[in-house]
Amino acid sequence: MTLWLPEATTTAPEVDHLILAMVLISCAVLALVFGLMLLYVIKYRAGSGIDRGAVAKKTWRLETSWTVATLVAFFGLFIWGADLYLRLFEPPPDAMKIYVIGKQWMWKIEHPGGQSEIDALHLPIGRAIELVMTSEDVIHDFSVPAFRIKHDVLPGRYESLWFEAKRLGTYHLFCTQLCGTGHAQMTGEIVVLTAPQFQKWLQQNGAGETLAAAGKTLFMRNGCSGCHGGNGVGGNQAGSAVRAPALAGLYGSAVTLADGTVVTADDRYIRDCILLPATQRVAGYPPVMPSFAGQINEDDLLKIIAYIKSLATEKPS
Amino acid sequence: MSATAIETSEFATSYLTDGFTLRSWLLTTDHKRIALLYLGSITFFFFIGGFAAALIRYNLIVPEGMIASAETYNRIFTMHGVVMVWFFLIPAVPVTLGNFVVPLMLGARDLAFPKLNLISWYLFIIAGAVVVYSLFTGGVDTGWTFYTPLSSSYSQGHVVMTVVAIFIAGFSSIATGLNFIVTIHRLRAPGMTWYKMPVFLWSLYATSVIMVLATPVLAMTLILLAFERIFHVGVFDPALGGDPLLFQNLFWFYSHPAVYIMILPGFGVVSEIVPCFSRKEIFGYNFIVWCSISIAVISFLVWGHHMFVAGTSIYSALVFSILSYLVAVPSAIKVFNWIGTMHKGYIRFDAPMLYALGFIGLFTIGGLTGLFLAALGADVHLTQTYFVVAHFHYVMVGGMVSAFFAGLHYWWPKITGRMYPEMWGRLGAMIIFIGFNLTFFPQFILGYLGMPRRYHSYPPEFQVLNVLSSAGATILAAAYLLPLAYLTWSLFYGERAPANPWGATGLEWRTPSPPLTENFDVTPVVTERPYNYPPPEVAPGHV
Repeated sequence: MTLWLPEATTTAPEVDHLILAMVLISCAVLALVFGLMLLYVIKYRAGSGIDRGAVAKKTWRLETSWTVATLVAFFGLFIWGADLYLRLFEPPPDAMKIYVIGKQWMWKIEHPGGQSEIDALHLPIGRAIELVMTSEDVIHDFSVPAFRIKHDVLPGRYESLWFEAKRLGTYHLFCTQLCGTGHAQMTGEIVVLTAPQFQKWLQQNGAGETLAAAGKTLFMRNGCSGCHGGNGVGGNQAGSAVRAPALAGLYGSAVTLADGTVVTADDRYIRDCILLPATQRVAGYPPVMPSFAGQINEDDLLKIIAYIKSLATEKPS
Repeated sequence: MSATAIETSEFATSYLTDGFTLRSWLLTTDHKRIALLYLGSITFFFFIGGFAAALIRYNLIVPEGMIASAETYNRIFTMHGVVMVWFFLIPAVPVTLGNFVVPLMLGARDLAFPKLNLISWYLFIIAGAVVVYSLFTGGVDTGWTFYTPLSSSYSQGHVVMTVVAIFIAGFSSIATGLNFIVTIHRLRAPGMTWYKMPVFLWSLYATSVIMVLATPVLAMTLILLAFERIFHVGVFDPALGGDPLLFQNLFWFYSHPAVYIMILPGFGVVSEIVPCFSRKEIFGYNFIVWCSISIAVISFLVWGHHMFVAGTSIYSALVFSILSYLVAVPSAIKVFNWIGTMHKGYIRFDAPMLYALGFIGLFTIGGLTGLFLAALGADVHLTQTYFVVAHFHYVMVGGMVSAFFAGLHYWWPKITGRMYPEMWGRLGAMIIFIGFNLTFFPQFILGYLGMPRRYHSYPPEFQVLNVLSSAGATILAAAYLLPLAYLTWSLFYGERAPANPWGATGLEWRTPSPPLTENFDVTPVVTERPYNYPPPEVAPGHV
């Protein structure tokens, strides 16, 4: 039996510090509560002839002091926990994105280079990684105890979490949201490699085309290019009967919607545009795009998004 | 103080001897008899839920699971949760002890709506029958939380039937809550102002408010779930155009306040027992009372703390975190006040007091570990693991069930007219405390190490702690059978109880044990504050 859990990410020690602080506070409070109870049941037991003296009638002084003390301590813990949480779920902008699809009862991982793996995630040490996750059926949860991180994986939308591994090794991956019969089998391993090892792993497993290249094929096959243009240039160019927004340079830019709101074109936005176009009308364009909900599976969706993302660098002229 | 009342009662009939036919029980509107009907029913469900718990601990002895089928295991822990939450913990104290002593404590003849009280029992029994039927025809595997879209579109079990059972049980809760609220408003004895009410009544008042306000939300949520499952109306399943988080929001909007439905009555019981066995006025009466009320209010505003990693907004998490800390403050104040009550008291160690001390200790551990889960950064690691399981069992089982036993022993002489065997009572209290800690403490460590809850099988490194926990569970199981045995024994062979065996204040002790059908010959008049325990002139040699 080991009572020790590796701290395998840069943020794991911070989580442990917070937990340790609360363990110490709890021990102090328990010592006080159990200590006083023990003291009183011995000292003031019915058979004890000890002089009780006068019993305090006014209680508000004591009440106010322990109420204020509790409030102050709790507020401190709140700030500590909240600060850490905000950092745990704020991925750095340069994080490497890896895609995760959960389904009853397996994890499928898609690397940007087209490498995919089942119930395993290989990743390099010392590099911020952002996982973009979705589910094909029920709610799952991607949990890595050694990384002190978890997040639910929901159907119909992208959720993300990030971490930076700082310790080589193989760690448990658990699904921690009850997802049906095989819930306890929906586990896997997280393998942290050195950068050269990771490159080697990518090469050994990178048989096919990249996600973006596969996405380009899908972009053509699903007829996206009919309106958005062969290279996603958009507009009303020759060969395109409908005026549709340009996709080149779209990823990461600010988009003004028909209702005036401004959103950032991230994975989640592009996903919604494809599946729920009516809710994401871009200002100045007619709402003619059909919904692709139910037409494109999660795997292909990721590839199309990767393709659109790859157009980000091709600024429209 | 109560001599006259007791003497005249020699000529009146106790509620137990007022009719021996089955009909006189099944169609009774006497709150005391209904309390006993409820006591029998919830005991039955406690042992069904307990049996499921035993199977869970049995399965987890080995990493690959002793029970061959993961599906069976999932159905067992779901049934454990459903039965324990809705058919034991939520009703336990209000419908048994509350039903029995609320009118007595108020100096009233009965609850405000005696027939509604009987109807609530029948609703409970119908609900219980449906849940038992669904259990024996295959059960359900979604966990007691019924998260969508698993429950609405994917699960194969009897989701709709189980949900219907909970829906019906909800109406039983609402009826009880409504009855208590009206009774406490309208039927207080002359002179019993709000601030002369025992804390137990305040606690049940706060509980009833939550029951009446929160339960309808659960009912609506479950109806929507059933509609989605049967008619494929898209509410929660994204594949049908719904939002899975909507279910969680609605479910926890009921189920977090429900935690306080479970624990507030326990606070009330302990607030009766600690002053009685410390022979001292309760410390900070007004603070304890207003803590109950503020818990009832704030408990409606903390549901989001179940969803810190569920995909809700980061900022909503901040709000729910600070509100969760806020709701913990009144509970902490109560603990300090109970200890303050013991200070300079004349403490006796009868079984109710031992159970109450156990409650204070275990509830404090449960509350403190709640702080870990309210701290956002720590919750990310600890939530959905055995840490959470241990936390809520410390509150619900260590706290609530201990308080239930404390109250059951305290009022047992009043309810049955018999004394329970004192030494067995004390022994039971101590074994439950030990068994409980052995079962659930290892689960905190398991949770920190990352063992997910609701796992039929687990990696081998978690085995030692799981075996420890299962070993503790055997002790705990035996410890729960112990009161069943000696309390049953006392019904037949126990010493006859006097009207007021504990020398307690409170109107319920001013009538014979067991009480008359009419409760009081003469409606009592209240002139002093509750818990007016004078210091004993000679300390009795009762240690």
